[in-house]
Amino acid sequence: MEKVVFKRPKYMKKAPFHYCPGCGHSIIHRLMAEVIEELGIGEKTIGVPPAGCAVLAYDYFDIDMGEAPHGRGAALATGVKRILPDRIVFSYQGDGDIAAIGTAETIHAANRGENITVIFVNNSCYGMTGGQMAPTTLLGQNSTTTPGGRDKDRDGAPIDLSEMLAITRGAVYIERTAVNSIKNIRKTKKAITKAFKVQMAGLGFSLIEILSPCPTNWKMSPVDACKWIDEDVMQTFPLKVIKDETG
Amino acid sequence: MTTKTKKGRIVIDSKLCKGCYFCMSVCPNELIVISTESNEKGYYPARFTETKDEKDRKCTGCAMCAVICPDIAIEVYRG
Amino acid sequence: MDKKLLMRGSQVIGETAIRAGCRFYAGYPITPQNELPEFMSGAMADLEDGTFIQAESELAAINMVLGASMAGARAMTSSSSPGISLKQEGISFLAASELPAVIVNTMRGGPGLGNIAPSQGDYFQATRGGGHGDYRTIVLAPAHGQELADLTEKAFEYADRYRTPVMILADGMMGQMMEPVVLPDPINLAELPPKPWVLDGADGRPGRLIKSLILNTMEMEEHNWKLARKYEIISREIAAAETYMTEDARFVVIAYGTAARIAKGGIKRAREMGLKVGLLRPVTLYPFPERVIREMSRSVKDFLVFEMNTGQMLDDVKLSLEGRSTVHFYGRPGGVVSTPDEIAKVISSLYYRQHLEED
Ligand SMILES: Cc1ncc(C[n+]2csc(CCOP(=O)(O)OP(=O)(O)O)c2C)c(N)n1
Ligand code: SF4
Ligand code: SF4
Ligand code: SF4
Ligand SMILES: [Mg+2]
Repeated sequence: MEKVVFKRPKYMKKAPFHYCPGCGHSIIHRLMAEVIEELGIGEKTIGVPPAGCAVLAYDYFDIDMGEAPHGRGAALATGVKRILPDRIVFSYQGDGDIAAIGTAETIHAANRGENITVIFVNNSCYGMTGGQMAPTTLLGQNSTTTPGGRDKDRDGAPIDLSEMLAITRGAVYIERTAVNSIKNIRKTKKAITKAFKVQMAGLGFSLIEILSPCPTNWKMSPVDACKWIDEDVMQTFPLKVIKDETG
Repeated sequence: MTTKTKKGRIVIDSKLCKGCYFCMSVCPNELIVISTESNEKGYYPARFTETKDEKDRKCTGCAMCAVICPDIAIEVYRG
Repeated sequence: MDKKLLMRGSQVIGETAIRAGCRFYAGYPITPQNELPEFMSGAMADLEDGTFIQAESELAAINMVLGASMAGARAMTSSSSPGISLKQEGISFLAASELPAVIVNTMRGGPGLGNIAPSQGDYFQATRGGGHGDYRTIVLAPAHGQELADLTEKAFEYADRYRTPVMILADGMMGQMMEPVVLPDPINLAELPPKPWVLDGADGRPGRLIKSLILNTMEMEEHNWKLARKYEIISREIAAAETYMTEDARFVVIAYGTAARIAKGGIKRAREMGLKVGLLRPVTLYPFPERVIREMSRSVKDFLVFEMNTGQMLDDVKLSLEGRSTVHFYGRPGGVVSTPDEIAKVISSLYYRQHLEED
């Protein structure tokens, strides 16, 4: 007998994604939906989508979702979680959202050890607004606001937000992964699973930074975008467990 | 005792496919190609080259193509 | 039994909020309203289900309130003028997403950092919505201790009833004043009407969505009209004003909050001089009690708007009167607090200048 070995996860609606071809956002959405299904938490999970390309995440996840203003996901998730401590609460944020406009909210949520999970999608640009420089844009990388490529003296260097967050006392689990290859996608799923488990165990703040292709703004084919993550992005943002205090 | 090697099969939803060709780039058996006709959205979707009743099917149902597909356009069957 | 307690204004707001079922407070320190978060920190700690968060900024605080409200809590934040400016994006999101919340603005002198003295410079910001987009915020303007309690209780009620942010517009004078008040009895949270829109996990029901992004322009237009219809209902149902000595008045002062208290003193002195003067005090600034003012214009041809700013509510008074009567203005911006004598002088000079004593 033939068996289905791969199909759309339960908590992902059968709606076509609006993302560009080869966009990492929808791979990440699917992994999260798989993890939510496998952990059996779909009926008690509340997601907080950002302003950014993933703003429409709420059209895809078949769970409760409450939209946050740009950058304020961690603060909003804090409010939800404090009122409903036995629910699982995540915020989903882009690199501009979390590492520029929302830096303060993120650092302080981590530092307070808020028992929430943050999914931080690093595509080294402002995707939604058309490819401007993000705080994570690589040195030399082209963007619509860094003519000639990002220049350290003019534009500042990329920010290591996850490493900064690791210093906070309330952060329990922080890992950087990627979705540019089968191996990395599998690792990302494991990391997301671990982050949710940290929250389910009430241990504190967990965050997974995920390097994700934005072929459109990188002006590359999707396959080349994945290669570029391996060859360039990982030089600046190496994949690793940045902090693990799960004991 | 005969050990039956399991065969796999995939179904690509050509309406959902956006032609990123990640699936092509990861299939270890090179069983996916680009369609010659475009879909409603104007993308040239990926096409699985094997048919269900073919004899020496190479697809193992490893699901790598589906795991990397950003549009959940691929379902994988094995058995 | 109604028991009168002598309490400081900020404590009255805090204690009433708790009794009204507020279980979530987030705020950031700013003078002159620090007594309120300080009180809330203790009060929430005493409750089993209370949350107090000293947020990293007013931005964070209002967004925490946004989250707590989505999760179904009666939630509150407070600040003073500059901090309220920072909250505006969040207030706009609350209004757009139709979420209840209570925001206390203890106004101080401005613009900019201004000073910490009592002021009414934020009237426009409060009543025009304050943040971006086509929305309104219910604005309640208490003038004394008892009203701090009454209106705080109402604020939570209105926020839930209309699913909209409600602002209590006070000033530092009110927060500091010790006055006798009767507090409302604590409500039973379990008896509040259910909120069928709350995000608490899609257990046995489809997933719910709370959002403000509406990309389709026709849908966005419909949402705007839906909000507008709600504001019309709010205007019909809750617009409120207090009148004082207006029955035979030929000249009426219009003032709210602390300015109204001072004006009352001025009116008493003017009455002693034999002038037929009264006070009309808007209790709700949005909705503005325009009908009461318009009706009064049948018998009163001269109004004096007195505000602790350079003339903001003045616009609403003129809009309400539609040219029916003469509107005078007296304002003291910058945190200057007038005396009743000063107002009495302003009243009498206008009264005689308009020859109101003659006929
Ligand atoms: C207060 C505010 N400022 C600016 C914007 C416009 N804006 C929307 S998304 C975005 C950046 C998105 O970049 P990122 O967070 O990296 O997400 P991506 O689209 O790349 O996934 C900006 C600047 C906004 N919505 N709100
Ligand atoms: S712009 Fe980039 S991040 Fe946004 S949908 Fe397209 S590929 Fe994805
Ligand atoms: S990975 Fe998916 S979307 Fe991309 S070409 Fe293959 S089937 Fe189409
Ligand atoms: S399941 Fe494996 S072998 Fe079959 S088409 Fe997909 S990648 Fe190729
Ligand atoms: Mg980005």
